[in-house]
Amino acid sequence: MKFSEKWLREWVNPSITTEQLSEQLSMAGLEVDGIEPVAGEFSGVVVGEVVECGQHPDADKLRVTKVNVGDDELLDIVCGAPNCRLGLKVAVAKVGAVLPGNFKIKKAKLRGQPSHGMLCSYSELGISDDHDGIIELPADAPIGQDIREYFGLDDVTIEVDLTPNRADCLGIRGIAREVGVLNQADVCVPEIAEVPASIDDSREITLQAPEACPRYLGRVIRNINLDAQAPLWMQEKLRRCGVRSIDPVVDVTNYVLLELGHPMHAFDLDKLDGGIVVRFAEQDETLTLLDGNDVKLNSNTLVIADSTKALAMAGIFGGWDSGVTEQSQHIFLESAFFAPDMILGKARQYGLHTDASHRYERGVDPTLQRKAMERATALLLDIVGGEAGPVIEGVSEAHLPGSPMVSLRRDRLHKVIGISISDKQVEDILTRLGMDVEKTAQGWQASAPAYRFDIAIEEDLIEEIARVYGYNNIPDVAPTAKLTMSESVEGNTALNRYKALLVDSDYQEAITYSFVDPKAQQAMFPDMEGMVLPHPISSDMSVMRVSLWPGLLQAVSYNQKRQQSRVRLFESGLRFIPDQGAPQGVRQEAMIAGVISGTRYNEHWTLEEQAVDFYDIKGDVEKLLALSVDDTSWRFEACQHPALHPGQAAAIYRGEQLAGYVGAVHPKLEKTLGINGKAFVFELSLEVITARQLPQAKSLSKFPANRRDIAIVVKDDILVGEVLTFIEKFGANQLVGLNLFDVYKGKGIEPGYKSLALSLTLQDTDRTLEESDIQAVVDDILAKLANEFGATLRD
Amino acid sequence: MDLEAIISEAESLINDATDAKVLDQVRVDFMGKKGKLTELLKGLGKLSAEERPAAGQRINQAKQQIQKLLSAKGDLLRDQELNAKLQAEKVDVTLPGRADKVGGLHPVSRTISRIESFFGELGFSVKSGPEVEDGFHNFDALNIPANHPARADHDTFYFNPDVMLRTQTSGVQIRTMEAEKPPLRIISPGRVYRNDYDQTHTPMFHQVEGLMVDTDVSFTELKGILHDFLNHFFEAEMTVRFRPSYFPFTEPSAEVDVMGQNGKWLEVLGCGMVHPNVLRAVGIDPEHYTGFAFGMGVERLTMLRYGVSDLRSFFENDLRFLKQFR
Repeated sequence: MKFSEKWLREWVNPSITTEQLSEQLSMAGLEVDGIEPVAGEFSGVVVGEVVECGQHPDADKLRVTKVNVGDDELLDIVCGAPNCRLGLKVAVAKVGAVLPGNFKIKKAKLRGQPSHGMLCSYSELGISDDHDGIIELPADAPIGQDIREYFGLDDVTIEVDLTPNRADCLGIRGIAREVGVLNQADVCVPEIAEVPASIDDSREITLQAPEACPRYLGRVIRNINLDAQAPLWMQEKLRRCGVRSIDPVVDVTNYVLLELGHPMHAFDLDKLDGGIVVRFAEQDETLTLLDGNDVKLNSNTLVIADSTKALAMAGIFGGWDSGVTEQSQHIFLESAFFAPDMILGKARQYGLHTDASHRYERGVDPTLQRKAMERATALLLDIVGGEAGPVIEGVSEAHLPGSPMVSLRRDRLHKVIGISISDKQVEDILTRLGMDVEKTAQGWQASAPAYRFDIAIEEDLIEEIARVYGYNNIPDVAPTAKLTMSESVEGNTALNRYKALLVDSDYQEAITYSFVDPKAQQAMFPDMEGMVLPHPISSDMSVMRVSLWPGLLQAVSYNQKRQQSRVRLFESGLRFIPDQGAPQGVRQEAMIAGVISGTRYNEHWTLEEQAVDFYDIKGDVEKLLALSVDDTSWRFEACQHPALHPGQAAAIYRGEQLAGYVGAVHPKLEKTLGINGKAFVFELSLEVITARQLPQAKSLSKFPANRRDIAIVVKDDILVGEVLTFIEKFGANQLVGLNLFDVYKGKGIEPGYKSLALSLTLQDTDRTLEESDIQAVVDDILAKLANEFGATLRD
Repeated sequence: MDLEAIISEAESLINDATDAKVLDQVRVDFMGKKGKLTELLKGLGKLSAEERPAAGQRINQAKQQIQKLLSAKGDLLRDQELNAKLQAEKVDVTLPGRADKVGGLHPVSRTISRIESFFGELGFSVKSGPEVEDGFHNFDALNIPANHPARADHDTFYFNPDVMLRTQTSGVQIRTMEAEKPPLRIISPGRVYRNDYDQTHTPMFHQVEGLMVDTDVSFTELKGILHDFLNHFFEAEMTVRFRPSYFPFTEPSAEVDVMGQNGKWLEVLGCGMVHPNVLRAVGIDPEHYTGFAFGMGVERLTMLRYGVSDLRSFFENDLRFLKQFR
């Protein structure tokens, strides 16, 4: 809501500055969003009259004028505006005037003719962007008066960002009341007198849906002159509240909207067929709106109709066919109360949002309709003349909202706020807010004025008291609570531990959007359909990620394009797998994922520059998994994954549970994803990896350990992991350590075979192992390996 | 040969010895099987029984003296040798070390984890929940019925009328209150979504919301804990104001502004006393229990704390930006 400070001060005028007023409003919950002067900075501009106006001898488009500004001499001014004419009252920037932008007016000659000043347009004075010719002032504008004074331009437009509960402040009247309460200042309400009917014309009003429209007032006004213009003071007030002047009828209804916060509407009387019927629309009933668009109405939408057709969408938008036009002679004015519940969401349903719907959705004062009608009638008749009929009222008292009695308990107030506020202060605040207050045994009963329809429960009163008392007058107190310990499950690895591990392994944490480019995701996960956002920010952010990889790889591409070729990123967050069996139709699974690309190490004087490979990222994954303590349950299996290189991809299992994947990004995706060179990724389900074993300490053997190195030769397609697992499983109790320290192919090894160098550490808990014991174990292992894998001892 | 001369000769040779080998030769020459002193000892037999003990003693003294010189010189040579070796092993300590660099947490994570720790110390536990939410948990239970104007303010990403990306993490509070009974102290950090993208809005951002429900929780305590938090978060005595506002799920409601270094107020938090309808919706008796709730934008706090000027830089994941946070 934008309003003019001057207008507000006509209603209530506390002796505080604009800044204080603004601070006060913000601190009362009417947050001030901005303060703008209503005109540019200028001086030396006065009211003048064009007393001579002739054609410039040497320029078709210029006129040579003499202007009376009340000085001894007439001013010679050359003007190029087409509307410059004899007898016009104009805004004259005299020599010495300074216009917005520090533009100084000096004596000049235009095509040989002297010009001692300038006739100004609205835009030149920074009043509006209207630059269609010069300002045309009313004939009664006093010659010589300073334009700032004449227009009252020493004023600001204040914009308040109103919360939905304070619909009562969607008009000058409401804000004035609030300012009155805060300053304990009187609010002078302009007298709104009844306009007596001078004709008998009337229309029947039928309220077919009284629960939605319990009160509808109408009035016929005949023989109006629509050539008339709203007076300048009205246009100016409208402008300063951000509303353009259109025609007298629209201007007056807008004026009442801004002044009283009450929307009104006017119909062309001649377009009405019989009486007014307020009813719900027929399903698919059509209506052409004032903006020319046709809508098909839903049956949940209230309409203003005549005996044959819908005329307007009640409380939202007028209709084209029944609208007031330049040809209209007679009008029918409407001032109605619609129940907020019935209007809520309806405008949005049609993609509409109007000043009227904004107010009716939030609520208007249910007692204000007649005042608004009388106010509008009086203003209108002043401008367009005409004769008014009687105010016709359709009303269903039973459906009008009442003012409920709300009780407030002293104890409750104390409990919620945390301090006790004296009875006197409570009563004073509530009374100032316009409430009728009665003392009860436990506290008070209050009934709010009709315009404070947001007051319905005890908390509403508590909030009002706290607000007016001043939030910042309420002390800060440290909360008290019973000391209880929080649950901490040692059997789970905290997400922060994984993050710390990756950070310490030179990964940088990324946060990518949860919605990704469907093209990239489709290329990586052709078998999965991510959830589609019907109204995305852009098409490359339109589908929910089914994996953290698309976002991370996009980040790789982004960085590579900025000379960052060594990339190590990780992210944790949800992936969204559509699943009709899951709540909301989607499994939302917490994942941790990473990507590496570029060189293995930062360039270093001791290190050879090497590109990262599969075993770099696998090593990082193994570190993460090692946090589980549960070393033996993890298994890497070669797998086929559409996003991964077919020969460098592994599925990671914990027992039979799939924990995730690790591998090289499939080279065919590099172009689609815009990445340069090889990238390796992993993704793990936090749910699967989180559980960890509590360490169970074993006693240490007192006897020496013995190491034996063996080298075996197996076929190249034998998986080393299987060999190692096999040895661990069947390699005798005394085997306490097993390490693979070399894999060799080449000279000395038959093609198609590889040599594996293994160290075996043997130790017994009860005795020192003899050479013969050790040899027996080694021989046994070799025999089993020969049997299982066809392994031979390397010569 | 005169003993003195032998000692003197040995001393001179020991002094001249430049390495362990030469020194050892000196030992052999004087004290070895055929060494000079050994020969003298062998010659004792030729002396009379009266002379023998004194002469023997003199020779042994000489032997000890030489032995001492040998041993001292030996130590000296070993020290020299070690020093030379150590000198040869000298490295340039200013050359860069070989270890990996350390990475860093995303600044948003870092802020969240600081917030978690401040509230964790006060016994608030961290809760999380789904980001694709249903209408009940995102709106209805928060006292935001269908068509409420507050819904329109949220710029919600809908999948269908009842399924949406959460616009706030409040759903987590509802789920917690459904599952647990008071007293409750929780915070819920996480991603939230609004359909808005410009200089000051990203369609995804992070919130931390907090909730405390107990028998006597009051607005003074809400003010106390938040002011305390802001002082601790910024590690400074902050000038703070509580400005009345409106949220459907709290009443009274407030927005909290801190005074920036430029002397302007900056909004950092929204908060209020939990609305009785919200407590009722989850089966908590608002007569018996009261509660406060608050919500803060993590990006805004992070920007203020670390001087980040462009909101969008949080989600570009430019390594040059991220690496500033370790």
